[in-house]
Amino acid sequence: MFGLLPGLLAAGLPGFLPALLLFNAEPLAHLHTLDVVVICLYFAMVLWIGFYLKGRSNTGEEFFMAGREMTAWIAGLSFVSANLGSLELMGWAGSAYQYGILATHWYWIGAIPAMLFLGLMMMPFYYVSKTHSVPGYLNLRYGGHARSVAAIAFALEMILMSGVNMFAMAVVMKVVLGWDLNFSIIVSSVAVAVYVGLGGLRSAIFNEVLQFVLIWGGALLVPILGLIQAGGWTGLKAKILTNLGSDSYFHLWRDTGSFSANPMGVHWTGIVFGLGFVISFGYWTTDFLVVQRVLAAHNLRAARMAPIIGSFFKMATPFIVILPGLLGLVLLQNPDGSRRQLVGEDVVAACSASSGRIVNAQACSAAMAKTNLSPAYQQKVLSGAPGAELHTYNQALPLMMVRYMGPGLLGLGITALIAGFMSGMAGNVSAFSTVWTYDIYRPLIHKNGTDSHYVLVGRLSIIIGVLISIGAAYLVQQFHGIMDYVQALFSIFVAPLLAAILFGMFWKRATRLSGFLGLLSGIIFSAGLFIWVKMNPANLKYVALSPAAKPMAENVFRAGWAFLFSAAVIVLVSLMTKPRPVAELDGLVYGATKLPTEEPAPWYKREWIWATVAVVIFAVLNILFW
Amino acid sequence: MHGSGISIWFFIGVLLTVYGVLIFGYGVVEWVTGISPGVQLAYLHTPVWWGGLLGALGLFYVVKFRPGRSK
Repeated sequence: MFGLLPGLLAAGLPGFLPALLLFNAEPLAHLHTLDVVVICLYFAMVLWIGFYLKGRSNTGEEFFMAGREMTAWIAGLSFVSANLGSLELMGWAGSAYQYGILATHWYWIGAIPAMLFLGLMMMPFYYVSKTHSVPGYLNLRYGGHARSVAAIAFALEMILMSGVNMFAMAVVMKVVLGWDLNFSIIVSSVAVAVYVGLGGLRSAIFNEVLQFVLIWGGALLVPILGLIQAGGWTGLKAKILTNLGSDSYFHLWRDTGSFSANPMGVHWTGIVFGLGFVISFGYWTTDFLVVQRVLAAHNLRAARMAPIIGSFFKMATPFIVILPGLLGLVLLQNPDGSRRQLVGEDVVAACSASSGRIVNAQACSAAMAKTNLSPAYQQKVLSGAPGAELHTYNQALPLMMVRYMGPGLLGLGITALIAGFMSGMAGNVSAFSTVWTYDIYRPLIHKNGTDSHYVLVGRLSIIIGVLISIGAAYLVQQFHGIMDYVQALFSIFVAPLLAAILFGMFWKRATRLSGFLGLLSGIIFSAGLFIWVKMNPANLKYVALSPAAKPMAENVFRAGWAFLFSAAVIVLVSLMTKPRPVAELDGLVYGATKLPTEEPAPWYKREWIWATVAVVIFAVLNILFW
Repeated sequence: MHGSGISIWFFIGVLLTVYGVLIFGYGVVEWVTGISPGVQLAYLHTPVWWGGLLGALGLFYVVKFRPGRSK
């Protein structure tokens, strides 16, 4: 988890997590013995895979790049799985509950164009250059200084992100199952350390494909059963219209002409340019966490096909994420049979309880008054009546699971959540290990080691990385505000990196110094904007060009400004410095590279065909849900 | 995956088969004994058909990607 995703970033997740711990409620679910068996079998399988692959991860190429022998399907599924974390599943189901299918933008326009662009336009340069990482590409294109800046920022981001993932998983398991936080953190981190430490990237990729299947196998039942109960799509629409009196929940674009016309408060320009270009392209084409999976493909055609294959699954993901949120709007019920209304984290935090009593009844009452909760239900919450609990938007998916899944199936659903968290953590630590070993340790600390020495360093860095992540998880537990800063790392870093990579790949004139200065100054500029708004939130109106802007707009606009700033620096410095000879840019830059001739393939194996199919489906979906 | 060794699809097949057998088996017991799982739409006997689907899919992968099978 996901490293953190553009979507999570924009939605302000996982800032919701600490609030979940405040409301002293019963766990959402109780596991049957069969559920525990299902979960244990999953852990046994991931460890088996790790031990099995240990013997096939002896060289640097095997350990860090999975031997570059993954098929397009495996690389493609791993590519989307590394991004399909449980925070994303829960967070976007919650967003769909709040905002309707507008949340789908983060799966479609916020991913598909960038994934196709990566496959068709960028993979040839990543792949032909034989780089082992994105900072490695920067080294080839701009030199060691640009590589070091990118590598250090990325390694820091990955390891902290892994800690946030651990903490997030522990909180979700605590809320859903009542599990102890320490138990969840230790078990998940030991499992990840063992299977990635033993089998390297190959093990991480294998497990991500397994986790992808389990996530679908565990989560797919919710929309299927929900649609049966709601009377199909037509019935769901009718029920939402009856209960909420608005059909905005079913339109992707129709109501985005003004900020106030849609439940999310967004404008189409922000969705297209901010989300669809800067954040989406920044994440999907330059974040090494996802790009690493594609670099492990066995040939150029497979590397180009992998993101295209991934785009089809990405387009389908709203079925298991967005639909459960919409179904939750009309199907979730309180114990007395009335419609259950989920609330924001601020309300849950205001109504925190101790020994069954609300700590601050006045604050709780004021917070609930701003919601649509009925006065009678508010009174029940204040009096601590049995069953009168508050649940947040982000609990929509687990609540729907508990609604339909009995023994065994619930274990499968919980396994899907655990698998999502672990794939995110494994992605973080495997990417960290590669960048640390190849882009920090080898060039800056120990230049002339043997291949086996670097493999050892890679294995150790996974163990040390997991230990630091555990430390970060406990730090986040103590100081919740750290989450905001960890999230900010992504937004600060992504836009300047995108500018450096795009100009480096598609503009022969970009010089070594311009890449380094554009990247460094862009990061400083973006961090400066972040601190400026943090010190005085009123400054947000300057960054987002509107006094009505919300945090989502801040992230999008900050990324946009940082991209423009970095681009301007790269162009200006390039024009003032001497360009590299074109011959040196072979394999790195569009127009200076002779791409290897690909073996002839039947039409159904050609990337352009499938990219066209993806574009058509993407367009049809957007028109269908306009 | 290219090269020798066990395919990831085999691992997936094994896990899905075991899950399918367990969930299908429990679903049948629930159905026969009339135990209520305490969930909505229990009359659809979801564990039976979902467990069956998982098991069938898992078996397909186990057979198709079993170690030593010529490609």
